[in-house]
Amino acid sequence: MTVELIKEKYSGPINTVEIGKGALCPSIKIGGQSTFPFLFDEGEMPNPPVVAYEILDCPPEDWSEHIINAYGNVVKDPVKWAKACVEDFGARALCVRLASMHPDYGSRPIDEALVVLRAIASKTGVPLIVLGSGDEERDNDIMPKVSQALKGENCLLGVASQNNYKTLTATCLADGHSIIADSPIDVNIAKQVNILISDMGFDAKRIVMHPTTTSLGYGMEYVYSIMERSRLAAFVGDKMLAMPFIVFVGAETWKTKEAKEFGSVQGINWEVVTSTSLLQAGADLIVMRHPDAARSVRRYIDWIMTK
Amino acid sequence: MALTGLDIYKLLPKTNCKDCGFATCLAMAMALAQKKIPLDKCPHITAQAKDALESAAQPPIRLVSIGTGDAKFEVGNETVMFRHEQKFHNPTAIGILIEDSMSEEEISAAVSKINNLKFERVGQTIGANLICVKNSSGYRNKFMMAVSAVEAASKVAIALYSRDAESMQEAVKMCKDKRPLIICGDRTFPDNFISLARENKLPLAITCSGIDEAAEAVSKARAGGVEDILINLKSTGLSGRIQDYTYMRRLALKKNFRPLGYPIIAFTENADPELELSEAVSYMMKYAGIVVMKNMDKEFIFPLLVARQDIYQDPQKPVQVEPNIYKIGKVTKDSPVLVTTNFSITYFTVASEVESSKVPSYIICCDAEGMSVLTAWAADKFTAEKITEVLKKSGIEDMVAHRTLTIPGYVAVMSGKLEEISGWKISVGPREASGIINYLRNWKE
Repeated sequence: MTVELIKEKYSGPINTVEIGKGALCPSIKIGGQSTFPFLFDEGEMPNPPVVAYEILDCPPEDWSEHIINAYGNVVKDPVKWAKACVEDFGARALCVRLASMHPDYGSRPIDEALVVLRAIASKTGVPLIVLGSGDEERDNDIMPKVSQALKGENCLLGVASQNNYKTLTATCLADGHSIIADSPIDVNIAKQVNILISDMGFDAKRIVMHPTTTSLGYGMEYVYSIMERSRLAAFVGDKMLAMPFIVFVGAETWKTKEAKEFGSVQGINWEVVTSTSLLQAGADLIVMRHPDAARSVRRYIDWIMTK
Repeated sequence: MALTGLDIYKLLPKTNCKDCGFATCLAMAMALAQKKIPLDKCPHITAQAKDALESAAQPPIRLVSIGTGDAKFEVGNETVMFRHEQKFHNPTAIGILIEDSMSEEEISAAVSKINNLKFERVGQTIGANLICVKNSSGYRNKFMMAVSAVEAASKVAIALYSRDAESMQEAVKMCKDKRPLIICGDRTFPDNFISLARENKLPLAITCSGIDEAAEAVSKARAGGVEDILINLKSTGLSGRIQDYTYMRRLALKKNFRPLGYPIIAFTENADPELELSEAVSYMMKYAGIVVMKNMDKEFIFPLLVARQDIYQDPQKPVQVEPNIYKIGKVTKDSPVLVTTNFSITYFTVASEVESSKVPSYIICCDAEGMSVLTAWAADKFTAEKITEVLKKSGIEDMVAHRTLTIPGYVAVMSGKLEEISGWKISVGPREASGIINYLRNWKE
């Protein structure tokens, strides 16, 4: 019996965003697909999803000991930590959270923080995702300087939100970086932020969307479905939703008691299952914390991308 | 897919003979469409029309039940490709593989481990649903030993997996009153598996390597009188399986294609536990009715079960947190008191920021029928009166010495009224949870 299959062909592919300059270390490309994840018989998925390893620009104060133990002493020195991610753990991309400048972490002066950041960039050479401190006021102050310091590195900077996007957009535009557009589990707001950013003359094809990340067991399904809905709209032609997705799985999963308060295996699996679930919903760039979880998800991506 | 009266009319004899009791065939068709009368009211209907009408009346993916009593579960009856379109209905059953190459002691230990894979989460008990005994050894006596050990101790449903029909017959005899699933491991799919399932009225899973082969095998089973079917589709590669599972679900839903309108049973292939877990997650997200794992360690099964709970959550029914007073950190009678709604994401976001602030606090989670703050306020579920009632009845007035309540910034407008009727001093907190850390650190009574 020959069964006649129903194939979904979509007209609007997702934008391809390149991060990194590709000089010392290969840049990464995300997006570009014209199908739901891993359906290679129905469409193209030219770029495998990427795992970025999250680090801070200072020793982490409140990270789970499971992660600290896995990295060991290097976490005390952000540059060594970054190098270890690349050289010992095989990271192809890093996500640096500039926590040191947050008031909680002692509001390190920007000039000191930039020395560390520049060293991370030059000593590793891998594509960088750089996030502010998390304190909105401080970030509007520091991000233009951060952006300038990384000019020419073609980084991905975040995050721009509906109520606070102008400073970051202008500075990314000036220094040639891509930008993360943040929205609170809401397709309409996601689209709105993308429009606001592109209305400032920023190339929509350099936006990466953060639809919000929620952990397994804490509303993971909301993000799962918002990603699927957003993708459906993009595939049928909504160009203001045709951006690749970034999700911060490490930061969310390691807040949960299921990850923190049990053995490391369960914690790692919590991060892995959240990641692989969101990969099935269309995640393109996953920022992870535990190096063993990151390795596991990278191996999964290699496997599932095999045609 | 439901047919309209006109669709049905086209399949009737159109003779207006009145033998059915209706004046015209069209009148009967209308009654059929409303499911007021059974199809056999028409004595002249052709077999072909009857088939077409019956298959249209069935759900696009058949509901199959396995096991009995507390161990019973159902899979199938799914209606959508994406959960936001409606919801996923019958949660993927998690099975654990036991191979008969193991010793009797190992099997007994495994069964008791599986029986204990039970967890309490958000008011539900979640656990493994199935033990699949596989005749990997190829020996009949080993298979019988394994089935007997599992049958004696298992508290979950049983699946029997063999390529040998005679072994299967023996195994079925041992446990048929527990409504086991028969899994035919023989790709040539011999007739005696079909007769075994039919005679014992048991569900049957067929093993095949591709969609065409599956459609053929299913048609053969149906022709042989078996309707409770599952499909074990062993397409090549992980992405190949995800693609084929997607095709199967789509054909069943969009074309009501009967030969593929049955739930999928997926067996993990990867022997590496960490990859096996992600493999199982993939099958669960992409349409498998049953996933059978080799690993049974709770650190792996628990996250998998939680993923199932998440993805099978009805998107129309927000997950709610139990309305209560939650203590974050080492609270004292001087700790701040915050109020929010019982929508799980709202509560978890607030709780996580409060925790990060390291300022021990009370969070009053107010019953707002699972809505977020603004929605609940707009729907009159999160009002000054409601909050006052909670303040008076929850016992918070005995827990703290002060009378200062923090409300979400979005409902600042109610502060005057709330202050007036509750007698508490109202402090307006930030609009977004991200502002809570700063707010709490500067909090004063």
